[in-house]
Amino acid sequence: MTMELFGVAVTLLALFAGFGVLIGLLFGFFGMGGSFLVTPALMVMGYDTTVAVASGLAFVFATAVIATLKHRDLGQVDYKLGVLMIAGTTGGIEVGKIGLHWLQDIGLADTVVSIIYVGLLGGIGAFITYTAMKGNGGGVSHDVDAEVDDHEVPDIAQKIQSYHVPPMVTIRGGISVSLWMILGVAFATGLLSGFLGVGGGFIRMPALFYLIGAPVPIAVGTDLFEIVFSGGIGSFLYAMDGAVNLTIVVPLLAGSALGARVGAASTALVDEDEIKVYFGIMLLLGAIAVAVRKIGMTWEIPSLQMVSLVIIVGAATLVAGAVVLSSVRELRSGTATATNLPE
Amino acid sequence: MFGLENASGVEGAALVVGVVLVEAIVLYYGYAVLERLVGPAVIAALVDE
Repeated sequence: MTMELFGVAVTLLALFAGFGVLIGLLFGFFGMGGSFLVTPALMVMGYDTTVAVASGLAFVFATAVIATLKHRDLGQVDYKLGVLMIAGTTGGIEVGKIGLHWLQDIGLADTVVSIIYVGLLGGIGAFITYTAMKGNGGGVSHDVDAEVDDHEVPDIAQKIQSYHVPPMVTIRGGISVSLWMILGVAFATGLLSGFLGVGGGFIRMPALFYLIGAPVPIAVGTDLFEIVFSGGIGSFLYAMDGAVNLTIVVPLLAGSALGARVGAASTALVDEDEIKVYFGIMLLLGAIAVAVRKIGMTWEIPSLQMVSLVIIVGAATLVAGAVVLSSVRELRSGTATATNLPE
Repeated sequence: MFGLENASGVEGAALVVGVVLVEAIVLYYGYAVLERLVGPAVIAALVDE
């Protein structure tokens, strides 16, 4: 007899809670990317594409609520910029959702979403791995205390920031930005959210910093604030069609919130750059997993589904394990003490 | 789950998103309390082991 809780098999709840711990650990430690694995993993597990995207989006929404609560008291949210971002993102999500439904009607949703995931996971994974191996952390730091020199802003970004298409909007830090730039960035990231079930933070955060010129702490806080709304609106729109599966989201979130606390505490013990190369490799493996699953479906080789699942969960487990083991090693070596850990 | 398997429409969506939002807030404060209560003991156990 199968034990049940709230009418759901305990083993299934434990599976999602365990996967949530892994995702949360990665998100808490690296500050990004955790939720990016959820939708592909659900697709690999055999969930319908719409359910995978919708449940991934609901998970992103809840994760952003928790992260925003942390940033709220630090004054790192530009509410005016956030509200403008929400307006642009809402349009993007709606268009992305319509696009996904249309692709589903013509039977191409799974193929197109899989290809985009392979491209994004592979591209970002290759970029992070390359920059980490070069000795650079890779991408824009999520450390809100990080200071960024002007020379770190690429020429193309400085060029984009130099355009002044009215109306101009003044954001925190006295920076003047074209309203159209804000709405354009928001729409593009909303499109990704609606289409792929991701928060879009991995694109929006650098976009806020590079294209709009927002200071890093404000970019981080405003990005999270924006994800609360875009994720909430996206979840709501999908939930109206009954696509959000709480059996997935509730245990995933319970595990993720716990893992995120452990991951965040680990940042006080372990140098992120030492492990970032593994994070890049994990994203690359995620891309391979989605591609293997698609090949298995196309050529009707069921065993490739399992191979794909093993790759994606195995990669996340290895990196999360590396974070935990390194933290424990540092604790025991005495180079760090419990007093270093954040509250 | 929670009898919301077939929830849809505006009302159903509001319930589903509400459940997720409430869970997030409860987890944020709940785990903070848990961390304060058992965090030091867990770290001590890891260091001593």
